[in-house]
Amino acid sequence: MDLNYTPRQQAFRQEVRAWLKDNLPAQKLASYDSREGFEQHREWERKLFEARLSMVMWPEELGGRGCDLIEWLIFEEEYYGADAPMRVNQNGQLLLGPTLMEFGTEAQKQRFLPRMAASDDMWAQAWSEPNAGSDMAAISSKAIRDGDHYVINGQKTWSTRAIYADWAFGLFRSDVDSKRHHGLSFLMVPLDAEGVTIRPIKALNGKEAFAEIFFDNVRVPVENRIGEEGSGWHVAMATAGFERGLLLRSPARFQQPVRKLIELYKAHQTTADRDPSIRDAVMDVWAGAEAYALSAYQSVGRLARGEKIGAESSINKVIWSEMDLKIHETAMRILGARGELMPGAPQNTDDHGWLEGFLFAQAGPIYAGANEIQRNIIAERMLGLPKA
Amino acid sequence: MDFTFTDDERAFQDAISRFLMTEAAPEALREIWETDAGRSPDLRNKMAEQGLTALSIPEEAGGLGMGDVVWSLMTQELGYYGIPDSLADTAYVAAGLIAALPDSVGDRNGWLEQIAEGSIRIAVGHPINPLVADAHMADLVLLNHQNEIHAVPRSLIDVEHNPSIDSSRRLCRVMWEPSSATRIADAETGVPIWNQALNRGALAVAGQMLGLAQRMLDLSVDYVAQRKQFGKPIGSFQAVKQHLADVAGKIEFAKPVLYRAAYSLQHGHADAALYVSQAHIACAEAAHLAARHGIQVHGAMGYTWEVDLQMFMKRTWALEASWGDRGFHKARISDVIFADDAPLGPDQTFGRS
Repeated sequence: MDLNYTPRQQAFRQEVRAWLKDNLPAQKLASYDSREGFEQHREWERKLFEARLSMVMWPEELGGRGCDLIEWLIFEEEYYGADAPMRVNQNGQLLLGPTLMEFGTEAQKQRFLPRMAASDDMWAQAWSEPNAGSDMAAISSKAIRDGDHYVINGQKTWSTRAIYADWAFGLFRSDVDSKRHHGLSFLMVPLDAEGVTIRPIKALNGKEAFAEIFFDNVRVPVENRIGEEGSGWHVAMATAGFERGLLLRSPARFQQPVRKLIELYKAHQTTADRDPSIRDAVMDVWAGAEAYALSAYQSVGRLARGEKIGAESSINKVIWSEMDLKIHETAMRILGARGELMPGAPQNTDDHGWLEGFLFAQAGPIYAGANEIQRNIIAERMLGLPKA
Repeated sequence: MDFTFTDDERAFQDAISRFLMTEAAPEALREIWETDAGRSPDLRNKMAEQGLTALSIPEEAGGLGMGDVVWSLMTQELGYYGIPDSLADTAYVAAGLIAALPDSVGDRNGWLEQIAEGSIRIAVGHPINPLVADAHMADLVLLNHQNEIHAVPRSLIDVEHNPSIDSSRRLCRVMWEPSSATRIADAETGVPIWNQALNRGALAVAGQMLGLAQRMLDLSVDYVAQRKQFGKPIGSFQAVKQHLADVAGKIEFAKPVLYRAAYSLQHGHADAALYVSQAHIACAEAAHLAARHGIQVHGAMGYTWEVDLQMFMKRTWALEASWGDRGFHKARISDVIFADDAPLGPDQTFGRS
């Protein structure tokens, strides 16, 4: 055990810190759940890419720096510590990227990864369907082979920012007679293809944050399939591992709001202390964010030693999503009667965006596998309890 | 940066676990409860033979020279097996306290050697604890008088026994008279040494609680896998699963908190006290939840004397306010994180060195 950063790690931290200081947008970007904000965030991603900071863990030939996970943690600490913009293309970069690296053909990697790193292509997910949510194996959208194409028919939903995105990826049933996990294929679909209709869904925040995607005889070339035909479930699950879960929600993403929550509490202490449970809640989320960060460092160390990390990723999901809720609930309690004010309201004094964060935190225990499902996974795979 | 244990450290933990599994089965512990002293000289001798009393004694005094990080593994095993012996008080807290004494204390090296060879029991009377654990059979009691440190032999104290809900606890009110003959350090020397003893005591409790939490989870998992209702193991029901999944989560996230605290204490970091208090609370929460959900999934069996779960629940309830109750540790955290120079934010994960 050695909890000191090496000189190389410290130098990397300083480099990232200095670059962000010089390059952060002068004005806060618009919400990436709007067309305008989405494009602003794409521009920011391009800037990161030019500095080879968009995907620091990717190899140099793909525009990254070949960083290890410790360096990635350091990057994230600096990134969120500087209040840099949200990462708009993470669904592609963190979820599809590793899948392509593991299962993609050379041609697919060359075609998709550099453009993904540069955010020339923005990616949306197409997993859930109206009748396949937590039960993802109930997918019924079909992709039927017709020569060197698949013909897709069906509907996907809850696809984040799909109305702004360029591409979607997900699972489709390529064998009509198949059931459950069998007969699914992993496909990438251009969202400007003929027969694709995208209907925005207004989210809790009033923005068109996600969408339904309808496929009506959409023809997708076979070379857009990742892995073998019918092996889509395996491809999706093989990379649904711990690392991907960790990358999606780095600890810095919670340590920074906790720092701000403590500032908020101190600024409003006189009124906040009328409810003694507020101070305790602030302390509790401080402890939670610290524990999440420490757990990440520990897991990264174990991965570096060649250990496998399995169902712990389900624990992570439960912990961060519930912690995020508590962080924002506590902020709202501190803000009191002003908490309800929308960002543009003249009397709104909240320059952090606690209300927006509070709304988004409501989704945390639901997306990326509902927490009930995660708890079942913990019980069955970690504790070995019998299936229902 | 490497926040993992070495293969040697993990092998050491495994070895202790195997040793205690054989030597301290629940039936044996129940027999020890029934004895007058509540302690097994035989078990203590075997632990000494394994070198456990010598862990953190400096090598020149015949010890193994290990630090707080190894103790964070060791105390988990003491908790997991519910060891009814305040081994950590002698071999960890008292050993650290004595090692920190100035050389002018004539008996210092002798005591350290005796701890290493397992021939002395030392109780620690830190003012944070209203009573002194195991003073009734200590050869020596380290006591606080206005922050001075006094080393008082058993013959110069009277003890009043105070039974605890935890049948393995032996708590004593100690009656004694401070004198120049018993004083081994003045108040100025004493304050930092007592503070360090408090951190070690709190860390030892944290480690034990984490071990207790894991034991209660394991017992509960075993129980719900074999107990059937409605024709199925109750462990197949989601409500039961989710209780235990929550315990697993608490344990997983308390572990690295304990290890950061141990590391920062071992390396004398400025934020060690903060991290120790965080560890005490995190591990206590894990153990408390393991007890609550443990008894729930055991049903009425969990409320019996017969089922072993009770041993570990009661030890949890006893230890969670030991070496600082929740209020004490919350206050210590509060003092640091709400201060103007608090180590907050994403680049402060390992605090100030």
